[in-house]
Amino acid sequence: MTCWETIGAYAFRSIGYGERLLPRSDFTLCQQFTLIGSGLIWNIYFGVIALAFGFVLANAIAFAKASHSPLVRKPAEWFIFLFRGSPLFIQFFLAYEALQMLPRAGIDVFGITVQTAWTTKAWAGALFVLFLNTAAYSAEIFHGALRSIPKGDLEAAEAYGLTGFAKFRRIQWPTMLRLAWPAYTNEAIFLFHSTTLVFFSGFPAFQQRGDALYYASYFADKTFNPFVSYPIVAGYFIALTLLLIWLFSAINARLNRHLPSNMGGKIRLRPQVIR
Amino acid sequence: MFEICADPKSLEGLTWLSCYLTSGKHMNMYWAFGTVLLLLAVTAPIAMLFGFFGAMAARSQFFVLRLIGKGYTGMVRGVPDIVFFLFFVIALDQGIEYLMHTVRCPDWTDPVRNGLEFRVCPEAKVPLNSAPQVVHQFYGFMLAVLTFALVFGAFAANVLYGAMQAVPRAQLETAEAYGLSPAQVFRRILVPQMWVYALPGLSNLWLILIKATPLLFLLGVQDIVYWARELGSAKTQAFDYPHPDWRLYYFLALLVFYLAFTRVSEIVLARITARLSKGQATAAGEALRKAVI
Repeated sequence: MTCWETIGAYAFRSIGYGERLLPRSDFTLCQQFTLIGSGLIWNIYFGVIALAFGFVLANAIAFAKASHSPLVRKPAEWFIFLFRGSPLFIQFFLAYEALQMLPRAGIDVFGITVQTAWTTKAWAGALFVLFLNTAAYSAEIFHGALRSIPKGDLEAAEAYGLTGFAKFRRIQWPTMLRLAWPAYTNEAIFLFHSTTLVFFSGFPAFQQRGDALYYASYFADKTFNPFVSYPIVAGYFIALTLLLIWLFSAINARLNRHLPSNMGGKIRLRPQVIR
Repeated sequence: MFEICADPKSLEGLTWLSCYLTSGKHMNMYWAFGTVLLLLAVTAPIAMLFGFFGAMAARSQFFVLRLIGKGYTGMVRGVPDIVFFLFFVIALDQGIEYLMHTVRCPDWTDPVRNGLEFRVCPEAKVPLNSAPQVVHQFYGFMLAVLTFALVFGAFAANVLYGAMQAVPRAQLETAEAYGLSPAQVFRRILVPQMWVYALPGLSNLWLILIKATPLLFLLGVQDIVYWARELGSAKTQAFDYPHPDWRLYYFLALLVFYLAFTRVSEIVLARITARLSKGQATAAGEALRKAVI
């Protein structure tokens, strides 16, 4: 089997296309690169979708936490504490067991049967947990940024007659985003890192369709040699991280485009936000 | 545990539950909480030590040492920590066995890596095949401690490196002007002052370390996650449990444990921060000074 044939057979193995059986002996470097790369599709899927939806929820929760009314503030605080205070690993287990308890046959809602079986699959269940988790972490970042908006900016906005939603849309929200962006970049990086936990927790890999680390540990288990497959995962993730930093720096530059070039918030990687 | 538990037929309701929760297996699970706490207690100082030397190396004058230090601090940035957890356990295990192999069996001719197998001579097995179960468990635990210390040492090195850079330059220059040698400046001026800058990062790291402990399960240690899965399921390979699938409740208990532990840690760390800020030339120290007056 040449390398091209291997790529043809296994490039989309993780999402169910191509060769069904995984290689069992005589592992080549090409097979390891292809299969682990194929698994990376899952990491990117989890990361991108959780980040996109999590961003919206995080904004809502950050503003809820900044609210004066305890009825709005307390639930937001508890949500953030629940997801930031417990290990993601346990959250995955818990979510999987809880989703398993849903009735197998589906739930009747106004005569329409809602299927529940799909919720225990990794693509939905784990995504849901990651979405809530990143929302909690990002909300804390956004809340911090919201509190550090310069007082003068808000007063200036009011002096110009901006109030209510106009003030929020034109001053508060952009400034919050600008201040939070370096920290949010780190959150995004570590969210992608934590997607590797999915198939090591409660969620099973259906028909051996797993993520990058799943295939890497498959090879390491079969060959008793951790010195090939794990560095390959590491390489893929370093590339992914660099891509993310580039993308988020571009957005950061756009957010700070009105400032003198030496004043924009510089993105520095701080490992404080991993789970 | 209790005497009433001796007769299973008489048990009902709460008495049954009290007997159930004090069975031998559950006692093992409670000990596993101790394992987690022990891991934290052992790992944290070792990781700090690794981090301290990593940060010192990253600041070193010598290029090679600086490269090692920078490489060590940089390693956790791009790669998920769980990759290191899975990698180091096997790599350390094989490294130790290979060393023993070269020492104890110099005239062993077969290659160690033979196709898909990693084979060392029987005398080089760590621990020896004949060793009791306890030794195997202890060895597994020590490997886990070392792995955690290596990974979290890299995180700590990042934090401590940042803290060393954050000490005001004027402080060090003043010390130099008084004629202190570089080693003295480091020991007497830099190290005592860096902690207040390192503390926010280190407290974060402690909370992260707490949340990383369930990964022990992946390293093959019988920790609380292992027991929660084992005791919660309706049946194991060996026998049936007298309850349906209770894993949800067991994991809920773990969740509460971690939340409580995090909360207590947060409160304690906030106190330490306040204590260390006393008399420091920082905004927090200034606020404390004003509060007294």
